[in-house]
Amino acid sequence: MRKGLHPVTIAMLLFGFAFLYAPIVILIIFSFNEGKLVSVWSGFSPKWYGELLRDPQILSAAWMSLKIAAMNASVATVLGLFGAYALGRFGAFKGRTLFTGMMTAPLVMPDVITGLATLLLFVGLAWQRGMSTITIAHITFSMCFVAVIVRARLSSLDQSLEEAAMDLGARPAKTFLLITIPMLAPALVAAWLLAFTLSLDDLVIASFVAGPGSTTLPMVVFSKVRLGVSPEINALGTLIVLLVTLCIVVAALIFQRQEAQRLADAQMADRAD
Amino acid sequence: MSDTAEKRPGPHKPSGWAVPGGDPYISIQNVTKRFGEFVAVDNVSLDIYRSELFSLLGASGCGKTTLLRMLAGLEEPTEGRILLDGQDMVGVPPYERPVNMMFQSYALFPHMTVAQNVAFGLKQEGMGKGEVEERVEQMLGLVQLGRFARRKPHQLSGGQRQRVALARALAKRPKLLLLDEPLAALDKKLRESTQFELMNIQEELGVTFIVVTHDQEEAMTLSTRIAVMNEGVIQQLGTPSEVYEYPRTRYVADFIGSVNLFEGTVSGTGAEGMRITAPEAGIDIHVDAGQTDARAGQSVAVAIRPEKIAIAKQDDKPSQGENVIQGIVDEIAYQGSLSIYQVRLADGKLVRVTTPNLTRTAERPIDWEEPVWLSWGRHAGVVLTS
Repeated sequence: MRKGLHPVTIAMLLFGFAFLYAPIVILIIFSFNEGKLVSVWSGFSPKWYGELLRDPQILSAAWMSLKIAAMNASVATVLGLFGAYALGRFGAFKGRTLFTGMMTAPLVMPDVITGLATLLLFVGLAWQRGMSTITIAHITFSMCFVAVIVRARLSSLDQSLEEAAMDLGARPAKTFLLITIPMLAPALVAAWLLAFTLSLDDLVIASFVAGPGSTTLPMVVFSKVRLGVSPEINALGTLIVLLVTLCIVVAALIFQRQEAQRLADAQMADRAD
Repeated sequence: MSDTAEKRPGPHKPSGWAVPGGDPYISIQNVTKRFGEFVAVDNVSLDIYRSELFSLLGASGCGKTTLLRMLAGLEEPTEGRILLDGQDMVGVPPYERPVNMMFQSYALFPHMTVAQNVAFGLKQEGMGKGEVEERVEQMLGLVQLGRFARRKPHQLSGGQRQRVALARALAKRPKLLLLDEPLAALDKKLRESTQFELMNIQEELGVTFIVVTHDQEEAMTLSTRIAVMNEGVIQQLGTPSEVYEYPRTRYVADFIGSVNLFEGTVSGTGAEGMRITAPEAGIDIHVDAGQTDARAGQSVAVAIRPEKIAIAKQDDKPSQGENVIQGIVDEIAYQGSLSIYQVRLADGKLVRVTTPNLTRTAERPIDWEEPVWLSWGRHAGVVLTS
């Protein structure tokens, strides 16, 4: 019997890939379109990339988005870590189940509700809306994602490592710093990146709590598209896809090399007995 | 409980507990630990003396690890007191106790090198850099891992990791070292050599060791004394030979080594010995006097170790008048240094007999389904009342 893929399997595979990637491929192709119309091909040109880099509105919005995303990711990682640690290591304290539920509720809360609720809060506090309000709103929902990721890692961590550190004379705070945090590092990095992406991605919540002079990149893109899709936006999309792909490939390569090294080490070590 | 242990003859190692009136180093007093409804440790009292290598032996879930963790300060007793060198330890956090523990998983810090692992506890003490380096070198020398100082734990074999864990636990020169299943993760060959290494190190440093293990052979080899635990209670406390030769309960007899148990009733007591009618054996079993205070009519069990029973061919009937029964060989297991016979008695009870293979080929080997005589002396049986 011939080994290989059945035609039906191939068809399904192609359909799946087309479903996932056709829109992105079209976006990339049309970012190199000469003409202003998005849906009609009129020759190859990279000119829209040049346009993009000269557009002060997009550039400032991108910078704003990056600042918010970085700040959000950093604060959310710290807060999420504390939440996860409390849930994972403080034993069965009173109200833990409630806390666990409340910690994960924002994950399934519609963005519109989160946006509205935070907006009402800021209005109630008479807080000047702007970059700070967007950041705070983002932190409230992304720290839950952080907590979920960190807690998963924490529960798979051998608790005797922390016990051993205390047994050797390290006080709880020192144990946390010297043992728990380094052990959680991969999860913390992953959580930071996720929080960063979530913030960069968010349109709904930001639209609710934004003020004058605090327009994020998704908001600019959305408002521009409402006036008609321009190839400039395609160019922007292409750059973002490129950036994301690059990050994923680099991360995968690093991980693969580490894993191979670890396996080789372990094999070497076992031969020593 | 311990009064019988002191009366009994047996090979004693000269140490604190043999000296009457010696002060216990660790004193566990009426300690109970409950997790919700579950009683992990049930009113345990125990004295351990300086420089002992003491084993807590029991099946998993018997409470031995919980007891160890209470000594380390990782759990607090629900009731009772733990004294270390006369000082009450209850409420003292683990990082303030002069006690170190070697974890079953070894719990080596994966992001630190071997040397950093060993140095961890010393740095917490605030010891100077030079002194730390010197001590680390000394400890790694002790476990023969000097040249692995810069490796990470995942670059070591199981046996090497075990030794790093030991070096790390000993680095602070604790008064008391707790070892949770120290050899469980090693394969059999390595376990045997490591056992002796552990004993040498203990003797060299004079540290008091408390070892938790489920492996009775390990406990017998290592320990000065053993506490056999079951369901949160200490069943018996004694030297390895006491626990083996004079088990006090059916559980201990069965748990330590293998044993033949004959249920029966005491049918006669006297100065020359005790007679137990054992329907399972089909005869009256005679044992030495002075073992127990069991009265006539009381139902008891007689425990006889397989190596204390002699096996003989049909035409070679033992000359003694008592403790002789007939059976048929059901199963033979040849193990090189010794052979194990499983002999079926008249009413179907199986008796285990082990004999050393003294000559290379037995001239007249005992065969399957062959009728044989089993016999033992009065000293062989142990009467168990509980």
